[in-house]
Amino acid sequence: MALIRDLAVQGTQMFLVVLLAPFVTGLIRKMKARLQRRQGPPVLQPYRDLLRLMRKDVVLADNASWLFRAAPYLIFAATWVAAALVPTFGAGLLFSWSADLIAIVALLGSTRFFLTLAGMDVGASFGGIGSSREVMIASLAEPAMIMIIFSLALLARSTQLSTIAEYMLSPQVGLRVTLGLAFVSLVMVGIAENSRIPVDNPATHLELTMVHEAMVLEYSGRHLAVIELAGSLKLLLYISLIACLFTPWGLAPVGAGWQAHAIGATAYLAKIIMACAALAIFETTIAKMRVFRVPTFLGAALMLGLLGTLLLFVSRGL
Amino acid sequence: MPIGILLWCMFALLALALAAICIATRRYATPILYAASALICGVALFTASVNLIAGSPATLAFPLGLPWIGAHFRLDALSSFFLVIVNLGAMAASLYGIGYGQHESAPARVLPFFPAFLAGMNLVLMADDAFTFLLSWEFMSLASWALVMAHHRAPETMRAGYVYILMASAGTFALLLAFGLLAGPDGSYGFAAIRASHPTPLLAALVLLLALVGAGSKAGLVPLHVWLPLAHPAAPSHVSALMSGVMTKVAIYAFIRIVFDLLGPPQWWWGIVVLMLGGASALMGVLYALFQTDLKRVLAYSTIENIGFIFVGLGLALAFRADGFEAAAALALTAALFHAFNHSLLKSLLFFGSGAVLTATGQRDMDALGGLIHRMPITAFAVLAGCFGISALPPFNAFASEWLTFQAILLSPELPQWGLKLVVPAVGALLALSVALAAACFVRLFGITFLGRARTAAVASAHEADKFSLSAMLALATFCLLAGIFPGFVIDAIGPVIQDVIGAHMPTQASVPWLSIVPIAQSRSSYNGLLVFVFIAMSAAMTATAIHILASRKTRRSPIWDGGFPDASPVLQYSANSFAQPIRRVFGAILFRAREEIAMPPPGDMSPARLQIHLQDIIWDVLYVPIASAVGFVADRLNIFQFLTIRRYLSLVFVALVTLLLVLAIWR
Amino acid sequence: MHGIDFDIAHLLAGSLVLVSFMMLYQDRLYALLNIYALHAVVLSLSVGWQAHIQDAPHLFITASIALLFKAIFIPIVLHRMIVKLGIHREIEAVGSIGLTMLVGIGLVGLSLAVMLKVTAGADLVAREDIAFALSVVLLGLLIMVTRRNAVSQVVGFMSLENGLVLAATGAKGMPLVVEISVAFSVLIAFIVIGIFLFRIRERFDTVDVRALDRFRGEQR
Repeated sequence: MALIRDLAVQGTQMFLVVLLAPFVTGLIRKMKARLQRRQGPPVLQPYRDLLRLMRKDVVLADNASWLFRAAPYLIFAATWVAAALVPTFGAGLLFSWSADLIAIVALLGSTRFFLTLAGMDVGASFGGIGSSREVMIASLAEPAMIMIIFSLALLARSTQLSTIAEYMLSPQVGLRVTLGLAFVSLVMVGIAENSRIPVDNPATHLELTMVHEAMVLEYSGRHLAVIELAGSLKLLLYISLIACLFTPWGLAPVGAGWQAHAIGATAYLAKIIMACAALAIFETTIAKMRVFRVPTFLGAALMLGLLGTLLLFVSRGL
Repeated sequence: MPIGILLWCMFALLALALAAICIATRRYATPILYAASALICGVALFTASVNLIAGSPATLAFPLGLPWIGAHFRLDALSSFFLVIVNLGAMAASLYGIGYGQHESAPARVLPFFPAFLAGMNLVLMADDAFTFLLSWEFMSLASWALVMAHHRAPETMRAGYVYILMASAGTFALLLAFGLLAGPDGSYGFAAIRASHPTPLLAALVLLLALVGAGSKAGLVPLHVWLPLAHPAAPSHVSALMSGVMTKVAIYAFIRIVFDLLGPPQWWWGIVVLMLGGASALMGVLYALFQTDLKRVLAYSTIENIGFIFVGLGLALAFRADGFEAAAALALTAALFHAFNHSLLKSLLFFGSGAVLTATGQRDMDALGGLIHRMPITAFAVLAGCFGISALPPFNAFASEWLTFQAILLSPELPQWGLKLVVPAVGALLALSVALAAACFVRLFGITFLGRARTAAVASAHEADKFSLSAMLALATFCLLAGIFPGFVIDAIGPVIQDVIGAHMPTQASVPWLSIVPIAQSRSSYNGLLVFVFIAMSAAMTATAIHILASRKTRRSPIWDGGFPDASPVLQYSANSFAQPIRRVFGAILFRAREEIAMPPPGDMSPARLQIHLQDIIWDVLYVPIASAVGFVADRLNIFQFLTIRRYLSLVFVALVTLLLVLAIWR
Repeated sequence: MHGIDFDIAHLLAGSLVLVSFMMLYQDRLYALLNIYALHAVVLSLSVGWQAHIQDAPHLFITASIALLFKAIFIPIVLHRMIVKLGIHREIEAVGSIGLTMLVGIGLVGLSLAVMLKVTAGADLVAREDIAFALSVVLLGLLIMVTRRNAVSQVVGFMSLENGLVLAATGAKGMPLVVEISVAFSVLIAFIVIGIFLFRIRERFDTVDVRALDRFRGEQR
């Protein structure tokens, strides 16, 4: 019985994140548009876009290789696995022990590996520029993420996401400087990883400043749909991660009944909306950085993560 | 008796080397010799694996070598494990050599030394006294030097050979001194006697530093790495694979044997020294790799990075062991050995791939390649697996060892010393940085070489590699994936080694449900390579099926779009240097004083503008140039001794003899 | 002195270090001033919290001095000074920001290692506060060292002084007189530097302190 319930939670979570991901993208777009006093597209527009892309033919470049065609599916699959392992409404994920936080970050690293290769496959200069900038951003964002994991794992004495979430819910956590630093750092990393302003602009095309859009420039039709969905999924993943690590309130504990899960789902929805609003406001009030300001931004995130880890030793003499 | 079989194998390899001298120029010699060495290494591999899993230490002594010492050989878990690494790599290289060796322009310069090199590496691992160890070590160095000099007419090879032999001699000298200190005034050179004696702390610290210089220079630890990126690429590709993938592991073995086994209980600050050197090697190595355009040189520098990673594991193990945390030390040492195993597989695979590219196109410069995935699909697939693996991404093998290293770092707050508490997370940050940069480096390597459009005509007409090379590459790629999916089995196989060296071992992984791996018994973290692999495969299959059913299946081919302004020429693609430009600007400006210079032709001149990149190797400038100039200065001063009369020479010899006798008389 | 009291004191002192890092990161003059104001606000909160948990009402005076002078008065004056001087808004830092931040991390590590070793056995809150305070002082020095612009050097100096105040409040029972005298000495230093700034500017047409080197025969 317990197994069936856990399986149900895991399965629900897996499909919930995919279904919810375009909604999050649409919600942020709508909120941003309203903040800029525009009408903006409907919240459900991303779903329509995906369906439209699915119906269209794929136009492949003459010299695109098998890697170019396989990459979207691999990218999506790895993102999906990572997203399915981050607790959203309930901590009792059946397979949460199969990949800890380090592995989740590395899974996202695999998606980037294939995405950057796909950008270089056709041999166009836009793809190259996107890929080379993406690896530069990742080379700083990933270690920053690892340092955040270090601080959290040293506190919770585990790198397991569900265990950390449990620890954050427990009374022994207290207010710690390290957590503040880790939070700021994680938000910075999340912004960079999801190509949001001020690191990259998700709404731009054909500018020399773009990163993510440059890599996927040659994609079309169903391939593009899958990549777009993976992008939305990654954004949702980071929102869930921040929510689960720093605002775990309402998260249904392991082995809880359906009421707790219902509360968890409501809380999760509220958290998503809050995060979308925060992101929309942030993106509206800030300008995009020059590309070579980004390393300083991410370097600061890395330093904050490292500082957080060092400061742990002050906290109650850990 | 496994040790007997192994020694017979070495004897067979040496006989093969002699046979090769006689028949090397014949056409049939290459396949026969490589097949024979593959066979011998296969036997040795099998014996060593069996001995690793279920064997007890065995010794064997021969009345060879120095009269009062003899030659002692010993086979324990540690040497068995490294024998497995060496012979697995050697077998793959021999298999690869059957095909690759056909293209060798001067087989007589390669064939005799190849089996000798293999025998040398194996003998180092089995030696049980300092004399045999050093003799085998020097034999291994010289054989590999001869292989590096196979294409000795190229000026860069000559420089590589010169630097290599200098560094190798210096390294052996350091090891000689280390063993001299360990043996003490009585000259007990057997390892058993050394193990029984307990050196004073000062002496032990000196031995540690000498071992770091001796083994570290062979392994390529920064700042002793300078010879490695010169020598490894200069050799034929399967030898490069052996040198980078396997010989560096022999150096790791030497370090473990001396510091963990012979030297006795460690001091806590040893850990800091090793950790810092390891962290610096990891970061410097990968940054160097990112700025190279020569395919094999990128791989050689990446070896330095991975050696740094392994040394961080060793440093952690030393620190934990010094403070009595046996379980944590076992975890750190397991991570280091696991990574050594992974790296030997991955680096061999990648060097084989670069050899295949070199044979097919005659090019090692990435900026002259491109689009090879169309011409060499199977090689491209194998190299992709290698690049993915060495970037430490799940579900491949290097991720599992990286995961274990990070788990070991997370146990560092237990350490009592403040120095260690602060240094370990900082080194962790360095490792995280170098892992991320390694991914960038191998995206660049694969993307520029195999993807995009062919940059030269030679590349456009390249052909797929031969069957033997391909099977060697695919076998290694399969091993990498298997070790990544079932890391628990590898960790369990390493278990006896750790038990021997540390006195504790990681929890038995085979008993963890669902083939997960856990770092220490009371930990709540786990990772499951198999499930991650199955999940990715399942979700990819599900997505592909869903898309296949729901979406349009039509595909049209058309010219590149590229925002409506497609490039006219493949030369305009992103090149290796331009791909690294953002990272060069971020990291290179400080560490390498990277400068870019644009040479614009004057107006009216039709010649192209040129971009030149200047990188300064700070370590070379700060460390080696002063030493070289000091040596040159002393040599100039000593030059007068070259033009003395016979009588003066004789008197010099006489004075030297009398001085030595005096010293002896006073000292004793 | 446990649980939430401790946590908040810890958090505020830590935030002060964090804000110091923000100052180190910032290379625009106006933003630097704003962050300095934030620094002072966090300091006054921290001192206020110490006053609350130590039951020491005189610390409230210190807190309000910090709030009034450092968070409001000095930033406004500096703001007007910048406007008056019409100096450009980019700070020329010596060396890259990343490297400076790295040095900063090293300094924090150093002060932790030194202070926690030296004060072993003392009260936990005091230990932490002193370790953080030393970090803030060192970071303030670092800001002064890595900036060429006189105004940002002043800001670095003020943040250094904030660190001293933090140390003083953490170690229970610094007399109010000392407190006030420190505050006034800083104020006077501030005024002196202000006048000095205008003098420099009158003479050299810039507030880049490199201009002074010429008159010491140190020009490169």
